[in-house]
Amino acid sequence: MNSNSSKPDNRNVNKPNNTALKLVLAAIAMFGFGFALVPLYDIFCEITGINGKTAGQVERVEQWVDTSRTITVQFITTNNAGMPWEFEALQEEVEMHPGAWTQVNFWALNPTANDMVGQAVPSVSPSVAAEYVQKTECFCFDQQTLKAGEGRKMPLIFSLNPDLPAHVKKVTMSYTLFDAGAFAK
Amino acid sequence: MTTATASHDDHGDHSHHGPAKGIMRWVLTTNHKDIGTMYLWFSFIMLLTGGVMALIVRAELFQPGMQLIRPEFYNQMTTMHGLIMVFGAIMPAFVGLANWMVPLMIGAPDMALPRMNNWSFWILPFAFGMLLFTLFTEAGAPNFGWTFYAPLSTTYAPSSVTYFIFGVHMMGISSIMGAINIIVTILNLRAPGMTMMKMPLFVWTWFITAYLLVAVMPVLAGVVTMMLMDIHFGTAFFDAAGGGDPVLFQHVFWFFGHPEVYIMILPAFGIVSQIIPTFARKPLFGYASMVYATSSIAFLSFIVWAHHMFTVGLPLQAELFFMYATMLIAIPTGVKVFNWVSTMFRGSMTFETPMLFALAFVVLFTIGGFSGLMLSIAPADFQYHDTYFVVAHFHYVLVPGALFGIIAGVYYWLPKWTGHYYNESLGKFHFWMSFIGVNVTFFPMHFIGLAGMPRRIPDYALQFADFNAIATVGAFIFGFSQLIFLYLLIKTIRGGEKATDQVWEGAEGLEWTIPSPAPYHTFAEAPHVK
Amino acid sequence: MFFRTWQRLSSVVLGLVLAPAAMADWGLNMPQGITEVSQSIFELHMLIFWICVWIGVVVFGVMFYSIFKHRKSKGAVASKFHESLGLELLWTAVPTVILIAMAVPATTVLIQMYDTTNSDVDIKVTGHQWKWQYDYLGEDVGFFSNLTTTDDEIYNRTEKGENYLEEVDNHVVVPTGQKIRFLITSNDVIHAWWVPEIAVKKDAIPGYINESWALIPEGQEGIYRGKCAELCGVQHGFMPIVLEAVTADEYQVWLDDQRAGKVAEAAAAQGDFSYDELMVEGAAVYARSCAGCHGTEGQGMGSIFPALAGSSMALNDMAGHIDIVLNGKPGTAMQSFSAQLTDVEIAAVITFERNAWGNDTGETVTPKMIIDAKK
Repeated sequence: MNSNSSKPDNRNVNKPNNTALKLVLAAIAMFGFGFALVPLYDIFCEITGINGKTAGQVERVEQWVDTSRTITVQFITTNNAGMPWEFEALQEEVEMHPGAWTQVNFWALNPTANDMVGQAVPSVSPSVAAEYVQKTECFCFDQQTLKAGEGRKMPLIFSLNPDLPAHVKKVTMSYTLFDAGAFAK
Repeated sequence: MTTATASHDDHGDHSHHGPAKGIMRWVLTTNHKDIGTMYLWFSFIMLLTGGVMALIVRAELFQPGMQLIRPEFYNQMTTMHGLIMVFGAIMPAFVGLANWMVPLMIGAPDMALPRMNNWSFWILPFAFGMLLFTLFTEAGAPNFGWTFYAPLSTTYAPSSVTYFIFGVHMMGISSIMGAINIIVTILNLRAPGMTMMKMPLFVWTWFITAYLLVAVMPVLAGVVTMMLMDIHFGTAFFDAAGGGDPVLFQHVFWFFGHPEVYIMILPAFGIVSQIIPTFARKPLFGYASMVYATSSIAFLSFIVWAHHMFTVGLPLQAELFFMYATMLIAIPTGVKVFNWVSTMFRGSMTFETPMLFALAFVVLFTIGGFSGLMLSIAPADFQYHDTYFVVAHFHYVLVPGALFGIIAGVYYWLPKWTGHYYNESLGKFHFWMSFIGVNVTFFPMHFIGLAGMPRRIPDYALQFADFNAIATVGAFIFGFSQLIFLYLLIKTIRGGEKATDQVWEGAEGLEWTIPSPAPYHTFAEAPHVK
Repeated sequence: MFFRTWQRLSSVVLGLVLAPAAMADWGLNMPQGITEVSQSIFELHMLIFWICVWIGVVVFGVMFYSIFKHRKSKGAVASKFHESLGLELLWTAVPTVILIAMAVPATTVLIQMYDTTNSDVDIKVTGHQWKWQYDYLGEDVGFFSNLTTTDDEIYNRTEKGENYLEEVDNHVVVPTGQKIRFLITSNDVIHAWWVPEIAVKKDAIPGYINESWALIPEGQEGIYRGKCAELCGVQHGFMPIVLEAVTADEYQVWLDDQRAGKVAEAAAAQGDFSYDELMVEGAAVYARSCAGCHGTEGQGMGSIFPALAGSSMALNDMAGHIDIVLNGKPGTAMQSFSAQLTDVEIAAVITFERNAWGNDTGETVTPKMIIDAKK
C-alpha cells in the first residue's frame, strides 16, 4: 500500500497533499475511463457480435461457396416509436449458400408532409452468426433522407462467410428504422 | 464539553470551550467530530425521508388495485426511495462514522484534509435539496428507477432529469472528496507503531472502500455526463438512432454499480468485526484473513458487473464468465462469516444492543448472501431477474446488512460520543421491533418473487395479495420502530448514566483510551502503539 | 439425481418448519414450468436452495450453540485463540468444491438455453409502451396484445376479475411439440418479455434483436401468463403476456382464421357505420388503447400527456386528429396506430374522442375516411 507503513512514526502531516493529488488524478483518470468504455465496448461488440452487431462495409471478394448447405436468411423490419415511414423488406426470406453474394431490396417511403432523415440499425440473430455476415452495400451504413412523400428502393448486398458454424441453419437479419432528424449530418 | 459532540441542533448555544459559538460553528467547522456528527444526522434525516417514501410504496401495495396514489407518482416514489437510501442514507452514514472514528482509532488529531472535509459534507444538503425539490415541479421527480436505464432516463425522461444529473454529480464529488480524505488520513496520520496490519478492521474496510469510491464514483459521474450530453447536446451515446447503444449504458452503470454494492457493505463488515470481539471478550478470529478476504471482495467487485444483465442478451461466453466470477465472491464472503462465528465460539458473550444488531447482521446478511448465490446461477437468474426475489435479496443485504451495521456502530460508540450510556431496555426494544419488522417485511418478498411478481409495479395480480399485505404490515412496524431510535438518541445526548472511558468491558483500541465524551481535540500528541 | 435423495432427506428434517412439499401448492416457490428447460432451471434452483439451507444449518447451528453455551451469564470464560491457518484453508476449499459442483449443471443448462438454432416457428415480439406486438414470421399474421382489465377494476369501482391484470385481448398462440424461437425487440424503451412457465425472460431493446426459445411438449396445451419484467414507464405493471399453447393442428387452423379475419376486417371497413355504432366501438377502443395516457375522462396526465377533453385538435382540426392517430407525433410518446388498430377502430375512436366528455362536435369519422387518409 504505502512504503512508510512500517516506519515507526508515520504521522507525516506535511506530506498528505501529495497522496491527495495522486488520488485526485486517479479520480479524473477514472472519469476518463468511463468515456473510454464507449469505444472499448464498440470494439468488444464487433469482435464478439454482442447485440448481433455486424461489422461495417467490406470489400467484395470472390470466396469459396459452400454449396453443400443452404441457409435460410429472414429479413425483418421494425419502425421505432415516432417513425412514420413505410419500411419493409421486399423479400421476406432468401435461401443461400455460405460464400455466395446476394442482393435484397428494402422499400422505404416517407408519407409525411416533411422531409425526414432515417437511420436503420442492423441486428443479427442468432448473435453467433453476426460476425459471419459480410456486407458490401447496405442502406444502414448511412442516413437516408427522404423528401415528403418520397419512396425509395434500398439495396443490401451481402454474403455469409463460409466459416459460418455448421449448426446455424437460419439467420435473421433485422433492421430497425429510427427518426435520425436530431443527428442529421 | 458534552455539546462538543452532542449538540445536533443548529444552535450549539451552550458550548463553553473548544468549538466556536452559534450556527457558524457548524457551517465553518473543520473538526472531524463535528463533521462526523453532521454526516450522521444528515443521513438519519435522509433515512426517515426515504423511509416515508418506502411506506407510501408499501401502503399502495397493501391491497391489489390502485388506492392511494397514481402509477406515475408510484414510480417517482420507488426511484427517489432508492436514490435517497443509497446516496443519502447509507453512504453518508458510513462517512460520518469514518469521520468520527478513523482518527480516534489510528491516533490521529483530525482528518488529514479538514477544509475539504467541510466541503464534502456541505455539498450534500444542496445535492439532496435539488433532488427532492423536483418532487414539487410540474414534471415530477425522476421516475425511471434508481438504476435509470436509458432510453427511459434520456429520450423518455421527465424534464427533472437534469436536476437529477446535477444532484448525482454533486454527491459524487462529495463522496470522492470524502474518500480521498480517508485514504490520506490513514496513510499519513497513523500513530507511531500503528502499522497497517495493526489497524482495526473498521479502518481497514474503510480504507479499501475509499479506494473503491475513488475508482467508481467518477465512472458514475461519466455515465450521467453522457446522459446529459445525449439529452441536451445532441450526442448519441445511448441512442441507437445516432449510432449509440442503450446496453452500453447498463455496462457503464453497473461497472460503477457493482463496486457500489460493496461500498455499502464493507464498512459494515468492519463495524461488526469491532463489535463481536468486544462482546465475546475474545480477539477477532483470523484478522489477517479478514483483511485479505475484504481485499478479494473489492477486487472481484470489478469483474462481476454484468451479472445484473444476465437477461440483456450477452453472448454465452460472457454469461459464463460473469456467472463463475460472481460465484467466486461467495468464498471470501464465507470466510468472513466463518471468522465471525469462530470469534464467538468459546467466547464469553453478553448481549447489549450493539451485539444484538451485530448478531442479527451476521444471520440476516448471510441469508441475503444465500439469495445472492442463488442469483449468481445464470440459468436460474432468468427466473429471478427483476422480480421481488431480487428485491428481497438486496434489501436483506442492505437493511439488516448495511443499516443494522450502522445502527450497531452508533449504539457501540454512542457512549464515547455523548459521555452517556443509552437506555439498554429501550435499545433492546428498538432492536427486537426492528428485527421483527425487517423480517416480516422482506422475507415474504422471496415467495412472491419466486411466484412471479415483477419489481417496480404499482399494482399486482390477485395471487400475490396475502404476502404483500404481510410485507406492508412489517414495513410499518419497521418504519415506526426507528422513531424509538430517534427518541433514544435525543435522550442519550441530553443525559443518562455517565459512561466510563472504557465504556465496554471487552473493548480494545485507541478510541477507548480517551475520555468519554471524546474531547473536542484528541491525540494532539501521538499515542504510542505497542 | 443425487440431490433428489438429499432433498427428500432435507424435507424430513425441515418438514415441520418449511413444509417444502406444500411450497408449490401455496404459491411460495418458483413454478416448475412445462418445458424441459424450465424444469432444469427449477431443479438447479432447488439444488442451490438446499445447499444454502444446509450451509445455513451448520453455520447458524455453531453460532447459536455459542450464543447459548458461551455466554458470560453462564460463567463462560473466553479462550484466547484467534487464528488457525488450517481452518481458514478448510473453509476456503470446501466452498470452492461446492461451487464447482454447482457450476457444472448450471453451465449445461445455460448452453442449452442459448441454442436457438433449428426452430420450427419464429415469432417476433415487439415491446411498446405499454403493450406487446406479435408477428409470426413468414405467416402473414401479426397483431397487438393489450391489457383487458378495466380501469374500474384497477381503481376499485367494481369487483376484480379472476385474471386481474393478467388478461389480454389477443393471446399469443403457439403450437406444442415444435421449437418456437422468440425474436424480441422494442419500439421505444427497454422492456422484458417474461413467461415463467416456459422460463423465457429476455430484454426487449430498441434497435436490437434478442432471442430465446421454448419447446412446449405435446400434452401441455393450456394458457400461461407472464408479464413485462423491466421498468418501462408509467404503465409498466399493466402490459401482461398471455401465451396459449395449442396442438399443431389447432395452430394451423388458428393461423388460417387470423388471415381470414384480416380479409374480413378490410372488407368491413368498406361498409357503412352509424354514429351510434362508432361511439360504442370507440369507447371500447379508447379504454384499451388511449386511456392509459390520456386518462379515462380524456383529462390527460401530468405535463407529458395532453388532455383530449376540450382540446382544440379534437374540437376543430379533424384532418390533424386523423393524422396524429395514424402516424403518431415524432419526439413524443404519441405512437402511430395505423398498424395497431383496424380502420374501423381508428374511425370509431376518433369519432368517440370528438364527441365524448363535452367535445360535442357531432361529427362522425367513417372508416372510409381513414382508408382515404392512409393513401
